[in-house]
Amino acid sequence: MNKILTKKNIAALLLIVAIYAVLLTCDSMGLFNRQTKALLVPIGINIMLAVSLNLMVGFLGELSLGHAGFMSVGAYAGCIFTIHAEMPMWLELPLAMLLGGVVAGVFGLLIGIPALRLRGDYLAIVTLAFGEIIRAVLNNVSLVGGAGGLNGIPKYSNYTIVYVMAVITIIIIANLVKSRHGRAICSIRDNIIASEAMGIPVVKYKLMAFIVAAFFAGIAGVLYGHNLGILKPSTFDFNKSIEILVMVVMGGMGSLPGSIIAAFLITVLPEALRSLQDYRMLIYAVVLIAMMLLNNNARFNEFKQRIFSKKATRQGANLTKEGK
Amino acid sequence: MSTMLEVKNLGISFGGLRAVDGFNVNIEKGQLYGLIGPNGAGKTTVFNLLTGVYQPTMGTFSLDGENLTGKNTLEISHKGIARTFQNIRLFSKMTVLDNVKVGLHNKVKYSLASGMLRLPSYFKDEKFLNERAKELLDVFGLYGEREYLASNLPYGKQRKLEIARALATGPKLLLLDEPAAGMNPNETAELMDTIHFVRDEFDMTILLIEHDMKLVGGICEEITVLNFGQVLAQGKPADVLNDPKVVVAYLGE
Repeated sequence: MNKILTKKNIAALLLIVAIYAVLLTCDSMGLFNRQTKALLVPIGINIMLAVSLNLMVGFLGELSLGHAGFMSVGAYAGCIFTIHAEMPMWLELPLAMLLGGVVAGVFGLLIGIPALRLRGDYLAIVTLAFGEIIRAVLNNVSLVGGAGGLNGIPKYSNYTIVYVMAVITIIIIANLVKSRHGRAICSIRDNIIASEAMGIPVVKYKLMAFIVAAFFAGIAGVLYGHNLGILKPSTFDFNKSIEILVMVVMGGMGSLPGSIIAAFLITVLPEALRSLQDYRMLIYAVVLIAMMLLNNNARFNEFKQRIFSKKATRQGANLTKEGK
Repeated sequence: MSTMLEVKNLGISFGGLRAVDGFNVNIEKGQLYGLIGPNGAGKTTVFNLLTGVYQPTMGTFSLDGENLTGKNTLEISHKGIARTFQNIRLFSKMTVLDNVKVGLHNKVKYSLASGMLRLPSYFKDEKFLNERAKELLDVFGLYGEREYLASNLPYGKQRKLEIARALATGPKLLLLDEPAAGMNPNETAELMDTIHFVRDEFDMTILLIEHDMKLVGGICEEITVLNFGQVLAQGKPADVLNDPKVVVAYLGE
């Protein structure tokens, strides 16, 4: 058991508690205005989406343009459940999240199967089509509200619940990546031929990555629905998928802290720029380009490594020494 | 001594081209066997047939008495044939340690849930994996570099890591595809020592492809020469390398 109480884990736990404590204090002291407070839930949801998509894009190495599709499937499944179920909230919401996650996971499996035959651009188009089909179906089925949207969802989400779920998502995916299953997933990304020759069941692990990623996207969708109280198919369009992908790419493929920071920035940035009025989207785009350029800058990355990872710098130093 | 690998009349055609034609070989348990031949002779194709990358259009092969013809790469790997690649195929964005641990993947069985939730079986199995990986990396003198990304290793060490990773799968037969390619004479000599050591230490049967005839003659107990997909000569290195047919195949008339 003492392996769980390592310095690193204790530090992480303290950080988790500290962030929550800051949130709570700011809220109780009335430091958040209405706009800021309204951002807290979307930040958490976007973190969940970015981290789960990173499993697919960054660790498995398969480009997916349909993450909003998984999110919407989960959202509808979970929200329809809470609308019809008559249960206390503490029971209803977890069940809705589980249901939303499982339904999204099933769709992850369905999309994962063609993904076994396709790679790269081709797979990207399939996932893109999936997202669009889901949206078209939701738009036209009156049972789920059609284009008018699904109304009357109880507003269960608050920043505490979302915070807890985001932390759980991050921990589970971080743990997964460092397990034998995660290594198998990464090995497929790095070299699928060698991976198979080493006895990794490639089919199983590709599907596993798709299902797990879709599962958490589904949960994020459920929280999203219970935050707004209404679900509209048009919110889960191609742009939403791209937005999540931008978070993953900007944060760095295969970097979970990166995804978290990028999800935070991309959620906050459009709001923070609101005072610029007409120039808002222009500046937003410029900032995105600048951040991407910075992320690809060797010197900036060196600087980042020096700050964030002492180990990496030591390696770097050793390598340069050896080189001489 | 019993036979580890028995290949009978193995062959494959790509369209009209017979890349490998009627290939026969018997490798004893614990033998270090060499497969040589000029460029394009079909050596790597033989490896691809033996690892299920290609399915043979004729012939059969069996490992330790079990017929493996028609099995896919995954099944063959589980049955105990591991390989390295001519153009190195490491998991380049993973650490040296993780590369070996991917090779050890099937040595532990903890579930996805234990991995995600860090249940006790995760710690127990990961501890075992780390110990096994350390043993393997120590053999190749790579343990000090375990936290490096595989792509940051110098070339010679990448080749060694590939062998370590293949050994991690716990094979009965190890196929090495030009392990010394691109190495300088010193590195090659060192690598040959390592291969000898691996054979003795792990009691391994090894089939290796090499270009350099002298080098193969130095360490292999028996060799087969391929040319244009067909066996040109087979036997003890000293006899084979002096065979006029082999000399002609390499140097021309």
